[in-house]
Amino acid sequence: MSILDSKIPEGHISKKWTDYKDHLKLVAPNNRPKIDVIVVGTGLAGSSAAASLGEMGYNVKAFCFQDSPRRAHSIAAQGGINAAKNYQNDGDSIFRLFYDTIKGGDYRAREANVHRLAEVSGNIIDQCVAQGVPFAREYGGLLDNRSFGGTQVQRTFYAAGQTGQQLLLGAYSALSRQIGLGRVKMYNRHEMLDIVKVDGKARGIIARNLVTGEIERHSAHAVIIASGGYGNVYFLSTNAMGSNVTAAWKIHKQGALFANPCFVQIHPTCIPVHGTNQAKLTLMSESLRNSGRIWVPKKKEDAEAIRAGKLKPTAIAEDDRDYFLERRYPAFGNLVPRDVASRAAKERCDAGYGIEANDTNEGVYLDFSSEIKSKGRQAAFAAGNHNPSEEEIISLGKKWVESKYGNLFQMYEKITDENPYETPMKIYPAVHYTMGGVWVDYNLQSTIPGCFVAGEANFSDHGANRLGASALMQGLADGYFVLPYTVSDYLANEIRTGAIPTNTPEFDEAEQRVNDQINKFLNTNGTKSVDYYHKKLGLIMWNKVGMGRNEQGLKEAIAEIAQLKEEFHQNVYVPGASNEMNPQLEKAMRVADFIELGQLMAIDALQRKESCGGHFREEYQDAEGETLRDDENFKFVGAWEYKGDDINNEELHKEALNYEFIKIAARNYK
Amino acid sequence: MASKNININLKIWRQKNANAKGNMETYKLDNVSTDSSFLEMLDQLNEQLINERKEPIAFDHDCREGICGMCSLYINGEAHGPDRAVTTCQLHMRKFKDGETIYVEPWRAKAFPVIKDLVVDRSAFDRIQQAGGFVSVNTSGRTMDANAIPIPKHDADKAFEAAACIGCGACVASCVNASAMLFVSAKVSQLALLPQGKVEARDRVLNMVRTMDEEGFGNCTNTGACAVECPKEISLDNIARMNREFLKAAITSEA
Ligand SMILES: Cc1cc2nc3c(=O)[nH]c(=O)nc-3n(C[C@H](O)[C@H](O)[C@H](O)COP(=O)(O)OP(=O)(O)OC[C@H]3O[C@@H](n4cnc5c(N)ncnc54)[C@H](O)[C@@H]3O)c2cc1C
Ligand code: SF4
Ligand code: FES
Repeated sequence: MSILDSKIPEGHISKKWTDYKDHLKLVAPNNRPKIDVIVVGTGLAGSSAAASLGEMGYNVKAFCFQDSPRRAHSIAAQGGINAAKNYQNDGDSIFRLFYDTIKGGDYRAREANVHRLAEVSGNIIDQCVAQGVPFAREYGGLLDNRSFGGTQVQRTFYAAGQTGQQLLLGAYSALSRQIGLGRVKMYNRHEMLDIVKVDGKARGIIARNLVTGEIERHSAHAVIIASGGYGNVYFLSTNAMGSNVTAAWKIHKQGALFANPCFVQIHPTCIPVHGTNQAKLTLMSESLRNSGRIWVPKKKEDAEAIRAGKLKPTAIAEDDRDYFLERRYPAFGNLVPRDVASRAAKERCDAGYGIEANDTNEGVYLDFSSEIKSKGRQAAFAAGNHNPSEEEIISLGKKWVESKYGNLFQMYEKITDENPYETPMKIYPAVHYTMGGVWVDYNLQSTIPGCFVAGEANFSDHGANRLGASALMQGLADGYFVLPYTVSDYLANEIRTGAIPTNTPEFDEAEQRVNDQINKFLNTNGTKSVDYYHKKLGLIMWNKVGMGRNEQGLKEAIAEIAQLKEEFHQNVYVPGASNEMNPQLEKAMRVADFIELGQLMAIDALQRKESCGGHFREEYQDAEGETLRDDENFKFVGAWEYKGDDINNEELHKEALNYEFIKIAARNYK
Repeated sequence: MASKNININLKIWRQKNANAKGNMETYKLDNVSTDSSFLEMLDQLNEQLINERKEPIAFDHDCREGICGMCSLYINGEAHGPDRAVTTCQLHMRKFKDGETIYVEPWRAKAFPVIKDLVVDRSAFDRIQQAGGFVSVNTSGRTMDANAIPIPKHDADKAFEAAACIGCGACVASCVNASAMLFVSAKVSQLALLPQGKVEARDRVLNMVRTMDEEGFGNCTNTGACAVECPKEISLDNIARMNREFLKAAITSEA
């Protein structure tokens, strides 16, 4: 039998979670303070889990590497959060959200997990409003919604372009309340560098205090990893600079299987690359696709003239513009899912129609002029002016756009020095989100007993492509509404265990592993900086394990990364000492893990001889360039088991995916 | 494209650790693209220092898009530098001239001790939040329906504007008294404007203000410097609103 037991409960999809939850074991309130739980990460998933478990009475320790839990990367989410509330009365339901998510994920996610997510989505909004999260509202005082890609209903709740910030501040406030009450102890500026197992179970972590450099031992009866995604393996991504895979990778090396590492989301609307010193890419929220139309010139010579700075986009006549998403996907138009939109942009740029004057000519337009006119006209009419002048229309339209997307437009202008109210935005796809992650069962438990994984760090809900506004939903669902039940069920067997001592051989050994790694880096004394290697890794990943992948490129990538790994460990220079704040050392430890993960991603992509969602194997496409899935052979979760230093030796385990309640079909957005 | 390269001189605060005495060091950096952000410029300088086998400069940063509140540099005498309504990470080198000398220091305030170089300890802000910056509602998900209480759009928008604070501390760093009033008043206002937050309004304002004083932030003398440098344009109205809330709470307090 496969070592993968997904523990999906029996029963009808709409009843599974309720029935299951009703039969899970509980821990009595008087026993909870005797039980310690570690939560690594304070993004939406970690903060909500730590706050909920603290509130229940467990003894919680939470960790983050930033100087405050409020700065976790979730803060940067812009566009919104989905929930099947059907407030807009446009036919939305739990089933429809479930269906859209499974379809959006190109039939590579687990039905039961996704249905549970859709079921609790409504509670998230209720909970957040109760906490004082200031969602956008309509004039009647009720909550407003907008549309996101891959759906035909309006179910996205938002707070201007700062939804992640407001949701995280809500979860942070719940967490702060528990810290104030002494039920959660917060360790800011701490980085988990390994997990400690005792008798096979997760019993603690080794963390480095990033201010003093001290290596610390922390024990617990269960460990929750909510450390976010691994997009920074590409060096350039929309992730925060510190986002990393270390916590997830370290548990992988200690026995947690890593699922679908090759499933990466490349987001269509980011600001194009501008130069070699660039440190990260900036997302322009998908919500902009509600109002913006994506195009490139129809004529190659126009694209060339634009790149040469001889022609302005506003000078190109309507007939000479190719609104390629509207052309190829009339049913969904500019709101096709992200993977589809990204590939379509790449296709146009590869064909020579790109408009950006960077090294690769990679860029397309996102144009708001139609929306400015139409919303301006509406606003004039609403104000009783039935014969508005062109100028009035445009001025009112700009106001409308500003009220919806003001902060995004400002952000764009600061970065590019161009005014998007006057000239179309330039955008191009960039690495944004990782669907793959640590394999977990229905309880969100990894293959290490007592080690749970939540949020972007796990692989659970988004299959091969995530729909917009669903990551925030998943993070909060995991932390507020799933883990409190499933972790309690696990802990019910721990009430007699007593405090876990840290002066044991298992802790010694884990600490030794960490110290060895640190000392090695500080003594390598090579000639190149950590960033030098990280950038090299990023380039290999982007070119060969990026938006388009093929057998030859993947094989090259695997070999090149192995080579890079060797060079890195022989020739990196990490200045400073271990017993002080040392950002270069932190980076070196993270990049070491990215390199290994990168290799596994390529191996996974090579193994998956099909195209699905964000994973596009050039060999497997139909005549129109759409993905060709192979359900016969690849309808499974690919979960990898670590087998020592050479990543080529990792062993693949397959969890078959069964679709009982949704009819599996080709994904069609035409 | 309008991008070009400039050469600059930098005077940067270096301090080994919290106990060490710090000083300004001088650096020269050539070929900085005007399209680079300020922090990309510092990355470039650090790369240069590493290649010269010197210790790179520690500074706080994470999202690099103006939302996490982590970056915190005092540039040419202004928190977050010369541009308005931006964080340090959103400041671009096109705001500087070829040959210019740029001064870079950490936030300076008693409540924000320096940890290393340009990195300071802002955990006092967290402790103020822990004293009352929340609504005491359990995370059961069994609250009332989100649309059960309509909230006038005007109040919701005002609450949102206050909630936009990123907790960066620029307000404290720009204030001659190192007062945290703008930061604290933003949270107090957000929750006071919403029906969900009104129930605990009294205790919240008293507890948060008390903690603010205990943490060693100074008094507010209404100079308004905080709002000028605030990257999120948090309005001084919030301070006025908090003062009203505080007065109301102090009068009705059981003492
Ligand atoms: C620019 C941008 C915009 C987005 N917009 C949206 C959107 O509109 N809607 C949507 O649904 N999704 C959006 N997403 C995706 C979504 O924001 C993330 O997937 C989600 O917030 C991840 O939350 P998380 O809790 O899993 O992890 P994160 O928020 O990434 O938190 C990770 C936490 O782990 C900690 N950590 C990591 N490693 C360690 C370690 N070794 N030791 C200690 N602590 C550690 C960090 O300190 C941090 O606290 C967006 C993403 C980006 C990049
Ligand atoms: S009020 Fe403004 S300056 Fe002060 S912490 Fe908040 S965002 Fe920063
Ligand atoms: S780095 Fe996040 S606000 Fe500047």
